[in-house]
Amino acid sequence: MIFKQIINILIVAAPYGLIYGIMALGVFITFRILDFPDLTVDGSFPLGAAIMALFIVNGFNLYIALFISFLGGITAGIITASIHNYIKVPGLLAGIITMIMLYSINIRILGGSNLQILKRKTILTNIIDLFNKTNIPEELILIIFFIIIVIIIKLLLDLFFHTDLGLTLRAMGDNTQMVLNQGINPDILKLIGVGMSNGIVALSGAFFAQYQKFADTNLGQGIIITGLASVIIGEFIIRSNKIFLITLSVVLGATIIQTVEITGRMYGAYVFLKPTDLKLIKGFLLIVILGISIILKQRKKTNKKIRTGLTL
Amino acid sequence: MIKLRNICKIFDEGTPNENPALKNINLTIKENDFITIIGSNGAGKTTLFNVISGNMMASNGEIYIDNKNVTKHKEYKRSKYIGRIFQDPLSGTASNMTIEENMAIAHKKGLRGLKISLNHKLRKAFKEELKQLDMKLEQRLKTNVGLLSGGQRQSLTLLMTVLSGPRLLLLDEHTAALDPKNADIILSLTNKFIKEYKLTTMMITHNMHHAIEYGNRLLMMDEGEIILDISGKDKKDLTVDKLVDKFYKIKHKELESDDIRLTNED
Repeated sequence: MIFKQIINILIVAAPYGLIYGIMALGVFITFRILDFPDLTVDGSFPLGAAIMALFIVNGFNLYIALFISFLGGITAGIITASIHNYIKVPGLLAGIITMIMLYSINIRILGGSNLQILKRKTILTNIIDLFNKTNIPEELILIIFFIIIVIIIKLLLDLFFHTDLGLTLRAMGDNTQMVLNQGINPDILKLIGVGMSNGIVALSGAFFAQYQKFADTNLGQGIIITGLASVIIGEFIIRSNKIFLITLSVVLGATIIQTVEITGRMYGAYVFLKPTDLKLIKGFLLIVILGISIILKQRKKTNKKIRTGLTL
Repeated sequence: MIKLRNICKIFDEGTPNENPALKNINLTIKENDFITIIGSNGAGKTTLFNVISGNMMASNGEIYIDNKNVTKHKEYKRSKYIGRIFQDPLSGTASNMTIEENMAIAHKKGLRGLKISLNHKLRKAFKEELKQLDMKLEQRLKTNVGLLSGGQRQSLTLLMTVLSGPRLLLLDEHTAALDPKNADIILSLTNKFIKEYKLTTMMITHNMHHAIEYGNRLLMMDEGEIILDISGKDKKDLTVDKLVDKFYKIKHKELESDDIRLTNED
């Protein structure tokens, strides 16, 4: 009985976990790789959703629409990085500025505060139609599809971080002076990194709109917290310096968060929780995990001190 | 050849706190020069390096590298010609990346593309290069640099900088944060690399013995000026006593023991 309920939760949570996993990979690029706390995400996620929904409603080629969503996200990221680079606004504030501007832009794109795509053809309905004749349930088809998409994006990212450009991007988050010494303009790297991050987030938004069958300007509200929590929970379960494992941990983190969230939605009523309490709980979860990881870090440090003390 | 023409640097210009850190510096650095620079705290040594490397813009004057005026070039642009190593061993490498990744980054200068950086051939080359350090780092290519000791990290930085082939190598007290044993290792490595790769070098040091022992030319700075420029045979015959004497003659004041730390550990 309980086993069945767990399976139920997982089936509901997995697609969300995977879609948000894509978004979390984008957040991971800015927060962890570039060390650039970028809040544009709250605007670029609904931006991706809005662009996708608009093109779906107009019967545009779906795959080109997906690509345009991606480009839209990149543009948003480049705007944030430019505000930071050339007007010397701190990264955090630059992100907030773009995020607020995107709110208006998203309403323009949607022609209102939301847009339904209920009976329209989407990439997801195409995939379901493709496997119509097999007896695989729709949910499972979509979960497998999202797993494949996430793996492709994850592997492409892994590959990117092994290229010359990817390595310098990682080095910049670690030590900007080193990148400067190599004769590279860090401003350009920030444009590339923040742009790429928001492109991926917008892509995630585009899939979200198709899965939910609507796009809404408020989709992105607080999404940065979900992304950040995924990155941190991921680091909590897998500690490694290998990009392959780190990106994997981010996706796992996102899935865990969604599982917790869906559980809360389905069974929260038993403990007098409302769906609107979820953001509060998510915040608490993040604080607890951050606290634990800081304690663990400190313990590691003191252990190291004792060890080096002994060898000396 | 690197030329500095009438370089001035004034901090807080136009305020009551106006502070001239460099006063009309004229300096020609010849090919393969190894210049050691000494001077008390606040003499302008590091400011001079900052102005040369482009970390700070000169208030006045011009800088030429190979007859090219680079005065207005930003730091990252000048980095193509200049390699700089700082006192802090953490500043030259990325802690959360492996030795081979760090070396791959330093392998090229300038913005780069989407080629996979590390391959078998490059790893083999890095191993050979690391052997020169004699620290067994060639067996730890996949170790995070953050796990290395200060001395190992600084030698790695030195190797990476040297291999990037700078036209001018700036060493800003690069051994000052290390223990005496490691400092000696790094210094002899530095000397070896400079000779081997025929590098034009400027080295700031607080140790007068080192300033005298290494290099073919010695500069002494005081209050933003170069007050002594010794090279050739004079440099070879130099001793600490002679140097102190010369300084005394110029400045008519005693060298305070705190000012230039006279270390007598040979």
